[in-house]
Amino acid sequence: MSAVIEVSHLKKYFDTPRGKLHAVDDVTFQIGSGRTMGVVGESGCGKSTLGRTMIHLLESTGGTIRFCGEDVTNVSAHKLKKLRENMQIIFQDPYSSLNPRMTVMETVQEPLILSGRFSRSQIREETEQLMDLVGIDRRMRTAYPHELDGGRRQRVGIARAIALKPRFVVCDEPVSALDVSIQAQVLNLLQDLQEQRQMTYMFVTHDLSVVRHISDDICVMYLGQLVETSPSSELFERPLHPYTRALLSAIPSIDIHHPRQRIVLKGELTSPVNPAPGCRFAARCPHVCERCREPQTLTEVSPGHYVSCCRCGEING
Amino acid sequence: MTDNSQHFLSVEDLYVEYETENTVVHAVNGVSFTLEKGHTLGLVGETGAGKTSIAKAILGILPDLQARVSCGRILLEGRDLLKLSEKEMLKIRGDRISMIFQDPMTALNPVMQVGSQIAEAVRLHNPVSRREAKKKAVEMLEMVGIPADRYHEYPHQFSGGMKQRVVIAIALACNPQILLADEPTTALDVTIQAQVLEMIVELKKSYSMSMLMITHDLGVVAEVCDEVAVVYAGEIVEYGSREDLFDHPSHPYTKGLFGALPDVDRDSGRLNPVPGLPPDPTNLPEGCHFYPRCSRRTDRCRESKIEMAEIAPGHLCRCFAEGK
Repeated sequence: MSAVIEVSHLKKYFDTPRGKLHAVDDVTFQIGSGRTMGVVGESGCGKSTLGRTMIHLLESTGGTIRFCGEDVTNVSAHKLKKLRENMQIIFQDPYSSLNPRMTVMETVQEPLILSGRFSRSQIREETEQLMDLVGIDRRMRTAYPHELDGGRRQRVGIARAIALKPRFVVCDEPVSALDVSIQAQVLNLLQDLQEQRQMTYMFVTHDLSVVRHISDDICVMYLGQLVETSPSSELFERPLHPYTRALLSAIPSIDIHHPRQRIVLKGELTSPVNPAPGCRFAARCPHVCERCREPQTLTEVSPGHYVSCCRCGEING
Repeated sequence: MTDNSQHFLSVEDLYVEYETENTVVHAVNGVSFTLEKGHTLGLVGETGAGKTSIAKAILGILPDLQARVSCGRILLEGRDLLKLSEKEMLKIRGDRISMIFQDPMTALNPVMQVGSQIAEAVRLHNPVSRREAKKKAVEMLEMVGIPADRYHEYPHQFSGGMKQRVVIAIALACNPQILLADEPTTALDVTIQAQVLEMIVELKKSYSMSMLMITHDLGVVAEVCDEVAVVYAGEIVEYGSREDLFDHPSHPYTKGLFGALPDVDRDSGRLNPVPGLPPDPTNLPEGCHFYPRCSRRTDRCRESKIEMAEIAPGHLCRCFAEGK
């Protein structure tokens, strides 16, 4: 399995008046070709920042990013433009990410025009195909974003993102703003497109049932750090990090006859500004001990399943 | 129709319309349900189904200029709230019936200390001194798990989960008998949602309140509701106990909702969402509003409005295909 994208020790810090905000701190993982990596965590854990840093919407503070084996951590503006054709993003809020003064058609064809690779007739043809592909009705093509409902807007955002046949797409909470039935339609569309076009996805979301459904592998983040990563079903069947276990237990279950054993966490997220070394979850962890104050390392506990917790072995027997 | 005077709260044949420049939005179209003391009824449905309009009609806070309750009765212990004057409603609102809104960021006054916002609600409905109101406010803060020394802080100093706790403290400050909770945990992260839901359920028990839980999340319904009403295009299409709904979902729309839900407990294949979109509320289809999207439709569904039919004791469904 060849990795399409690989990050190692990736860091993204923001300067704030109170000090450095560690949004992404020493994150290492890779995504294999044609696979979907789900990134989950609660608001403020750095999952969106991670996605944006990986595709150069934000400049990284440290670490390396490799795309198809090539180091792309520091690239020239010219190179970046080429790179962008292969790295795209679908945003959470399709309303604020579309230009309100451009019609659906204009939005979808813009990447094709900007690439400079197509003739006018090719652009028209390609745009038509794209809109058919993502299911935008013909009568909607001259509409403006405010005339569309959320699901259709998201389809426009998707069409624009995949216009140049990127190999890697960051899906940043693409269905969080949608109702369940529309959400399911868009999830199905994303899966079909991935199959047809052999795309690799990084799927950022806070919705754990969506992430299980769509991902092959999952990363769990807490305050900028990767606390656990594993193949999707393994993570749900055998969560090992205390945070992952609490997170999964908190999902409201529709199985009314077998309610979940809930691990209710005390307290809230601590500040990611100038964090203390050691496990960031320690302040809320029911299993906290002295060793948690030291930096933790991501350790492989079974093939493909990595956990960053010094007490992982003891806790999980 | 049965005599509803002995129910605690009963909503009968409620219609709500919004008038815009040249169209009429039919938001709520003949909704009836009852809520008993100490029970929790879930109103489930998607954006625009009319759930929030129902709650606002109960509380009498629909926007005056555009909205109109065109028909129906809302009886609280036999008294029709729709016939009360604004002055009389002021006494009920916040005192006997309270509401928690979805977005705690906009529900709080940004330039007022959180403690004072709770005390304000107390003083509005009780003839107490400032000091007593403050004491009650401190009590409420502690009850929702916020240390009393944060009384003098402002909303921006609180996280989302804590703001929602403050909103809940305000809503419960006057020991209401009915709590209308409109998507109270939708804006929160799952672990915080779990904390807040657990708290709401505990408080509901200790105050023996009735609750109307408005949500789009079937998981939340499964956790907190006794009865469930599924709302589609301003109508209740299915009603029953939590067990009825989750074990035997019957209306094609209810089934569609379950089919659209990714299952977190097992690896699922493709999702089976209802195709299409909810109807335009200014131009609802004749007969069954779900007709255009339904996989079991027949010509008969289009002819006239379909009535709710009992398909099992206490389990009602608005569909010809069921119950026969």
